[in-house]
Amino acid sequence: MIEARNLWKRYGDNVVLERINMSVAEGEFVTMVGTSGCGKSTFLKMLLGTETPTSGELLLDGKPIPDEPGPDRGIVFQQYSVFPHMTVLENVMTAKAFARNGITGYLFGGAKRQARDEAKAMLDQVGLSQALDKYPHELSGGMKQRLAIAQALLGKPRILLLDEPFGALDPGIRADMHELVLNLWHEHKLTVFMVTHDLKEGFYLGTRLWVFDKLRQDPQAPNAYGASITYDLPVGKLDRATYEEIDDNLRPVAQLA
Amino acid sequence: MKRMINKTPGSVLRMSLGLLPFVLLLLIYMAGSDARLELNPDDKLLPSFAQMGDAIHRMAFEPSKRTGEYLFWADTGSSLNRLGLGVVIAALIGLLLGMLTGALPMIGAGVSPLLTVISLVPPLALLPILFIVFGLGELSKVVLIAIGITPFIARDIQRRTEEIPSEQLVKAQTLGASTLQILIRVVLPQLMPKLIDAVRLSLGAGWLFLIAAEAIASTDGLGYRIFLVRRYLSMDVILPYVAWITLLAFLLDIALALLSRRLYPWNVQGGR
Repeated sequence: MIEARNLWKRYGDNVVLERINMSVAEGEFVTMVGTSGCGKSTFLKMLLGTETPTSGELLLDGKPIPDEPGPDRGIVFQQYSVFPHMTVLENVMTAKAFARNGITGYLFGGAKRQARDEAKAMLDQVGLSQALDKYPHELSGGMKQRLAIAQALLGKPRILLLDEPFGALDPGIRADMHELVLNLWHEHKLTVFMVTHDLKEGFYLGTRLWVFDKLRQDPQAPNAYGASITYDLPVGKLDRATYEEIDDNLRPVAQLA
Repeated sequence: MKRMINKTPGSVLRMSLGLLPFVLLLLIYMAGSDARLELNPDDKLLPSFAQMGDAIHRMAFEPSKRTGEYLFWADTGSSLNRLGLGVVIAALIGLLLGMLTGALPMIGAGVSPLLTVISLVPPLALLPILFIVFGLGELSKVVLIAIGITPFIARDIQRRTEEIPSEQLVKAQTLGASTLQILIRVVLPQLMPKLIDAVRLSLGAGWLFLIAAEAIASTDGLGYRIFLVRRYLSMDVILPYVAWITLLAFLLDIALALLSRRLYPWNVQGGR
């Protein structure tokens, strides 16, 4: 479904990604890890459409991914993903309103009632039915992310992109969120790409783990070479040794960065 | 001994510390006024509160001998009318300009430099032009206020628009929103409390332009009146008028702050 062919991303002399080749089938759950600044977020932005490849191809169903965000690719950011001026219910109903080709983005009459029912059902699924009339600033970090996920899913995307969605959450809440995301992934038959800096998260969440790292290093010119996908592992068959190996590979660089 | 920098007043102390300068000023004025009136009962410079009360009673509760109007209220009405009209026009134009230049880079590129230059033109220097173009009537005064504060509001709103996290705009697009839908449902509602803030900040300038325009060419209004009675050294009218203008400005500010808090409860840090 998604395919990259010899994909490069440069900013001037600074090579961020090089020689990315991969293909992902519908329904996979890909977790991307790597040191900060390794380009995993840049890669996610290219899937999203806010960044474009410098060379090479990034294809969705055989066609280049559009260079602006669209309704087939939902996103949950680490923060600022929800609209602060709308209540929880309005935030999710808005997804329905935007999906219609209205001029104003407001819903009226029957369409509004229907959107309200669908939004309530979705909020029930993510466990926010107690907070329908609250504003985002009254929610905890975990609840905000639940809201952002509900909002993204009501847009009925085929692909869900998660950019360190749980990075700012407490470990206990994070576990709940993992369960939620896995359930929703099954239920809505999504293809998920998740960026995380938590290697453990990548090791049991999803079906596939990508590690972004630089294969070549030039100490005189650290930006001369970009990162590529150094590990592409099926999740579930991973052993302790592999974990340690990747962890060792990532850690020294992480401390320098 | 606690450092000065760590000492904070309690609520009662804070209140009395705040009131103290007002009381002191009043006392100093009263002492000065008494001393001068003692020497010369016809002194006009520092009228007593009784004299000011008489003057205001005459202006506000007795019809003018010449026109039959209650001058104080007529002045207040026409001044607030001009100010309100000018500020509303400025707010609408400023909001539209600021939102479009802030949210749409293509429009921003075309309009922002012009806006920057226009905001540097001293509005009072344009007043003669306005009088020539629009005549000496109401229009030129309203236009002066509008021209005077529109650039400020537009540029403030432009900045506020740019401050909206791009994540929200991207999110809306992934839900299928068009540019117009994003402007109407994501950007505009978030700008409304910022617009009220900008209006509150620009009201001071608005009063300045209002009084300047009324002083130069008008037949009524608070600014007209104080400049008129200056000829007779009528401090007993000028001082209460100035206090009244200050009170009006204060009340307008409070009303806008309350409105903002009431209408936009999600704007946590706003309305203060």
